[in-house]
Amino acid sequence: MLKLENVITHYGNIQALKGISIEVKPGEIVTIIGANGAGKTTTLKTICGLVAPTSGKIYFQGEDITHKSTSDIVESGIAMVPEGRRVFPRMTVLENLQLGAYLNKDKAQVKNDLEKVFNLFPILKDRVKQIAGTLSGGEQQMLAIGRALMARPKLLLLDEPSMGLAPKIVANIFDIIMEINRTGTTILLVEQNARMALTIAHKGFVIETGKIVLEDSAENLLNNEQVKKAYLGD
Amino acid sequence: MQILTVIMINSILAVSLNLVTGYTGQLSLGHATFMSLGAYAATLLTLKLDFPFVASLILGAIVAAFFGFIIGVPTLRLKGDYLAIATLGFGEITKNILLNLEFTGGPMGLRGIPKVTNIYIATIVLLLVIFSLNRIMSSRVGKSFIAIREDELAAEAMGINTTKFKILAFTIGAFYAGIAGGLYAFLFRYINPKDFGFMKSIEILCMVVLGGMGNTYGAILGALFITLLPELLRIVSPAIAQYRMVLYGLLLVIMMIVQPEGIISGSLLDKIKPKKKMEKGGQ
Repeated sequence: MLKLENVITHYGNIQALKGISIEVKPGEIVTIIGANGAGKTTTLKTICGLVAPTSGKIYFQGEDITHKSTSDIVESGIAMVPEGRRVFPRMTVLENLQLGAYLNKDKAQVKNDLEKVFNLFPILKDRVKQIAGTLSGGEQQMLAIGRALMARPKLLLLDEPSMGLAPKIVANIFDIIMEINRTGTTILLVEQNARMALTIAHKGFVIETGKIVLEDSAENLLNNEQVKKAYLGD
Repeated sequence: MQILTVIMINSILAVSLNLVTGYTGQLSLGHATFMSLGAYAATLLTLKLDFPFVASLILGAIVAAFFGFIIGVPTLRLKGDYLAIATLGFGEITKNILLNLEFTGGPMGLRGIPKVTNIYIATIVLLLVIFSLNRIMSSRVGKSFIAIREDELAAEAMGINTTKFKILAFTIGAFYAGIAGGLYAFLFRYINPKDFGFMKSIEILCMVVLGGMGNTYGAILGALFITLLPELLRIVSPAIAQYRMVLYGLLLVIMMIVQPEGIISGSLLDKIKPKKKMEKGGQ
């Protein structure tokens, strides 16, 4: 469904991605784990066109999206939940969700999608008129995910959804991610919380300083000595 | 009566800068430059080519918008404060070109402009500007502007073409500033490059910040206050009136500390309410 071939991305003179190749198959939850600064966020930003790659190819559903604009990429069915949630702080919950459906001009469909998001996150329905900046961290994360779902993605990119949240809330969010996956959305999840991510994923990639150093099924990675030592704290 | 007309013109300047800085979150330090372009273009069209007032006004605004677009395209692609620096530089360049060109009268400026602008015309134009701004802000375009201000990266991730909308906001802002410039020229009958210098840009910015960034009516309140302030000072004490720029600076500093969201904002109401409760509780 999504394929990166030897993608190299620079920030000025600094090479952030040094040839990333990954593949995500339809229906999967795939995770990229790695330390701070390894290139996880850059990989996601490159996929959705927020940063332009220097070389390499990105294919989505067989189509080359390497140099497409973000709005074209979102339209083709990729939505991102950015790191640190980044809800629109002074807008209401409803306005945030409506902006998620920015490219969808079918009003009936947007209304329908809104109901779906409220079913997934009932708390958002209770807070529909509340200013997003006043929500708790967990609620903001739910809003950020709900907002991305409003774009009707086939592939959902999640950047560190566990960041700064209490373990109980993280578990809750991860349950919902699995639920979203069950309803047919493919997921590419980037996480520092490697154990949590590998527990729900089908497949995992380990990234170190801009390179994929390991790829395997999530189950195998959980039992891999190297991964255990470096990322699972065993 | 003239002071009321000036308030209307300044209100147009404030609400148009508010579109760029308040709603879209792009700091411009050269709003008076677009005003000067509108003023000079409208004046020259009338004086040299005998264009009627309304046509000069609109064409002047189009000239201002065109330059807004030209300056916006390279700078608004960049993120951060590049726009502020670029508008600052553009303002100085424009002023110096106007000072040195022959057909703009150089430092002598242009005189003998017919007096057309009056309180009625200025009010009607202001109302048209407010009406069209409200239409824009309640549309998808307006939502995009606010999303960019709130979080540019998130806005882009939603599929909003942030560069396009930033340029659009800037161009519309320049258009309105151009109209205000035209009205100004046809009110005072004389224009000079120094009328539209950096200080004028700062004055407009003061109106927006004071009134409340991202609030059209706040911007008008700010325009009212900043326009009347020197007049009031003059009545109180001409000596203090000389230091009005110092006062603007002081006001901005105080506003940023006490009420960074401007006079009109939700948080002011929030601040008043709990205080009342506390007073009651104290009794």
